[in-house]
Amino acid sequence: MKFTLKVWRQDGPEAKGRFETYEANNISDEMSFLEVLDVVNEDLIHAGQVPIHFDHDCREGICGSCGMMINGQAHGPQRGTATCQLHMRKFQDGATIVVEPWRAASFPIVRDLVVNRSAFDRIIEAGGFVSVNTGSAVEANTLPVPKQVADAAMDAAQCIGCGACVAACPNGAAQLFTSAKLQHLNLLPQGQAERWERTENMVETMEEYFGTCTNHGECETACPKNISIDFIAYMNRDYIKAKSLNRKLAGQGLE
Amino acid sequence: MAQATPRSTVEAAVRPIRKRPKPLPWPLSLYQTYVGKKWVMAITGVIGLLFVAGHMFGNIKMYMGEQEFLHYAEGLRTVAYPIVPEKFLLWVARLGLLGALVLHLHAAFSIWNHNRKVRPVGYQSRRDYIAADWASRTMLWTGPIILLFIAFHLADLTWGVEAVNPDFQSGEVYQNVVASFSRWPVATIYIVANVALGIHIYHGAWSLFQSLGVNNPQINQGRRIFAALFALAIVAGNVSFPLAVLLGIVE
Repeated sequence: MKFTLKVWRQDGPEAKGRFETYEANNISDEMSFLEVLDVVNEDLIHAGQVPIHFDHDCREGICGSCGMMINGQAHGPQRGTATCQLHMRKFQDGATIVVEPWRAASFPIVRDLVVNRSAFDRIIEAGGFVSVNTGSAVEANTLPVPKQVADAAMDAAQCIGCGACVAACPNGAAQLFTSAKLQHLNLLPQGQAERWERTENMVETMEEYFGTCTNHGECETACPKNISIDFIAYMNRDYIKAKSLNRKLAGQGLE
Repeated sequence: MAQATPRSTVEAAVRPIRKRPKPLPWPLSLYQTYVGKKWVMAITGVIGLLFVAGHMFGNIKMYMGEQEFLHYAEGLRTVAYPIVPEKFLLWVARLGLLGALVLHLHAAFSIWNHNRKVRPVGYQSRRDYIAADWASRTMLWTGPIILLFIAFHLADLTWGVEAVNPDFQSGEVYQNVVASFSRWPVATIYIVANVALGIHIYHGAWSLFQSLGVNNPQINQGRRIFAALFALAIVAGNVSFPLAVLLGIVE
């Protein structure tokens, strides 16, 4: 297969970027999109030019580092797939593919297709954890969890923090990421102790860095882990509860 | 919590776009966050939906003749009279609607103002939207159209502003409607505005469930259907009135 790639090149955070056109020849339909970028980079290195910078790590869809807009869609045209697992058989032979980094004020471009996603870490720090005693692990069935709850928590816990939801959202909102990280803990018994404090802190930290949801639903279609916007509704519900419950605790001097 | 001093250059490169406000007492504190503002939008939206549905339903009386329609208009002014003074509940409803409208507008403006700072450099290639439909992305256009229409509609049939409706006679609601809608440019304004209202409702009546956290696998399918049917009913009802006058069914 042959492709023409139009790739965003930007030398640094402050530099002015531009699209560069590259030809990718002799591409197998079983290659992943990142492997095509590898092929292009090989050619660039041989020609003495600077290769295209892009984030990648596991290449099996679980680390969340690879992420780019491919033909105007986060992680490309295939649903529920990260860029590393997007195979070239999904594209027409000879097609022109436009590749661009995520765009958001809180995802500044580091170089080319690499963005700084550390704003997500600020949201996690605000409450995306549970406090547990250290030591040997507790008996597996000490805390009973209903099957449906465990399944829902697992669906939320699939989030790999790639940032596709923010990138795809017309408002640049991080609601899907935050709600997934929030609800996979809020659903489980281990997450109950800090539930309301967590909800308040994570939502308010999210709003310091990202836009806000107007229910376009675009994030859900971009998510490589198919996380549902149901979690956003759940977060909205928990946030209002958290606000009034935390108030009660404050009134009792138990803040 | 964001750290006061960044621990690394990576962290230092990302600064918040919004300062966390000083918390006001509950329940005002809810309105300080955008998640809370969306709640207010949804609740005021529900008030708007109830009003629009009642308004459309009541106006169907137009088809039952002038006498019936005048009686309906009179009934609105005397709800719960003589237990409460005449027009009392009418004014309660009016002030409530005005309050809801003001809050809805303020929340919308505030959310728009925040979201426009979020992506200072937009996508340089063409975006390909999958889920975001035409209705959801035109809320900021259909909204102002509806707002302008509300002003026009009040001037036309409530206040009877000379420049808008020269044949207006206070209390003669049936004749006022006929006089107004007989003019085709006015009828066109009503039809266009109600289509915009329908598009606004198509997104809003679904979106409010998400904002309020009303989400349950048993009802999720029904939410879209509800929004579509609600929008369709409002548009069909409201557009039928000017058409009926233009076609001579109501005269």
